[in-house]
Amino acid sequence: MKITEELVDYVAILSRLKPDEEERARITAELEKIVSYMDVLNALDTEGIEPLSHVFPVKNVLREDAVEPSFLREELLKNAPVGDEEAFLVPKAVE
Amino acid sequence: MTWETVIGLETHVELCTKTKIFCSCTTEFGGAPNTHCCPVCTGMPGTLPVLNKKVLEFAVKAGLALNGEITRHCKFDRKNYFYPDLPKAYQISQLYLPIARNGRVPIRLESGAEKVVHIHELHMEEDAGKLVHDPWLEETRCDYNRCGVPLIEIVTEPDFRTAEEVIAYLEKLRSILQYLGVSDCKMQEGSLRCDVNLSVRPAGSMELGTRTEMKNLSSFKAIARAIAYEAKRQIELMEEGKSVVQETRRWDENKDATFAMRSKENAQDYRYFPDPDVPPLEISEEYLEQLRREQPEMAEEKMARYQREYGLPPYDTQMLTSQKALAAFFETCLSLGSDPKQTANWIMGQVLGQLSAKGIEAKDMKLTPSTLVTLISMVKGGRLNRNTAVKVFEAVFDDDGDVEGYVKAHGLEQINDPEALTAAVEKVFAANTQSVADFKAGKEKAFGFLVGQVMREMKGKADPQAVNSAVRKKLNAER
Repeated sequence: MKITEELVDYVAILSRLKPDEEERARITAELEKIVSYMDVLNALDTEGIEPLSHVFPVKNVLREDAVEPSFLREELLKNAPVGDEEAFLVPKAVE
Repeated sequence: MTWETVIGLETHVELCTKTKIFCSCTTEFGGAPNTHCCPVCTGMPGTLPVLNKKVLEFAVKAGLALNGEITRHCKFDRKNYFYPDLPKAYQISQLYLPIARNGRVPIRLESGAEKVVHIHELHMEEDAGKLVHDPWLEETRCDYNRCGVPLIEIVTEPDFRTAEEVIAYLEKLRSILQYLGVSDCKMQEGSLRCDVNLSVRPAGSMELGTRTEMKNLSSFKAIARAIAYEAKRQIELMEEGKSVVQETRRWDENKDATFAMRSKENAQDYRYFPDPDVPPLEISEEYLEQLRREQPEMAEEKMARYQREYGLPPYDTQMLTSQKALAAFFETCLSLGSDPKQTANWIMGQVLGQLSAKGIEAKDMKLTPSTLVTLISMVKGGRLNRNTAVKVFEAVFDDDGDVEGYVKAHGLEQINDPEALTAAVEKVFAANTQSVADFKAGKEKAFGFLVGQVMREMKGKADPQAVNSAVRKKLNAER
């Protein structure tokens, strides 16, 4: 798959990134390399092989439906770059 | 040209588990902003989501009840989007291997016609948080209490042609999920939310037209009106030779119209991929078998059984099973020895009357079956007349009051003393000679008046039937 600058722009928009000209050129080249490696993998015959989504043979990891105390809000909100005593604040985001 | 409307539904149902889907925070409604949150549901780096056992159980139960095929090897995927209602910048959902597929829901229409609605899939996912947009400030406040509340999304095939079919399906779906006990399905509180995908095409065409998706439909009435509006809008566009734009539209209840929403994303490109944090699920045959055994009797099965076992008419059985708690109330009354038809009449008349007057649901009422049974047996045993019993019922309904105590305290017990009745009749006849004369002259109306006067003399506590026959007997004797 050919990575074009238009494609990089599109992925940048979806990712909310704003690369400058120089970064865009670098990313285009890097993505090209990464995706061409996928071509190497694609050359393998994977007929009849289930896609692997997890590396470890772990399954059915479940917990009981029992309430535990939530985190202290004051502590939690310390992680907010901007917040007040009740909520996380973000730049105005209207649908 | 005649146009055909084609509709498919995406219904989000909040599961009534105690805790969130991937962490142990409470799902309780309300609460001060961000007090039902932890590092997992606020998407802090390094945290690990762990699936709630009950969420899986409820989703499988719903899948089975909708006659779906359960996906034995099932996993979760990340749906990536940047909107601050989800702090992780992705929602954990299911795209590739949803928990159930290919379900079938039979519905019945007003005309008696039956139709099967096909379920494309049912998947588990997490709810998003609440954003409050301050009109004065250039900022948005995020409350993540709802974030991570478990949902199932049920997607139908585009099988609907009318609003009536849509409502019939939603009512059926709500009944099934309530009977299963997996959700309370309250539209006003958002525990059942429905998005309507609608397109139009020339009647007879097999191809689907361009569809729009409508959101913000908070009642069945709103859904019916939005369908009517949107179908008309699209037909008008087509007839003007314009085309329908594929977009999300928001229903405005006050303006009675749909409006294009500004898109959440520039493109609907969610870049789904398997979530590496949540290990896959292997659903065993034993597990499925156990859940199949636990499936409760559904409304339709109860209706059929009530008709068969108690000889109740279809209308009665439909009313009794309209709410799960009401059917349970009815069945408990019967287990206490109450007569099915009398109990049904009291429930349909008085209980439903009080519930609708007070605006509450059967599951929230305090009245207990034993209180109603006591009241019914007092009427049956001649201790209360029916009219008084209705008044007693209304008095005890709110707080499940003590029937015996109330009747005693207010001296309401029926007077079954023939001598007292005879005395009252004598007294009324002596005081109303004109009415007696009127009756003899052929005025049947005078009879009702005399009965009313005797009842009044007995302070309303006599058996109406006994009063009737005593007055009739006295008039006949005088003739």
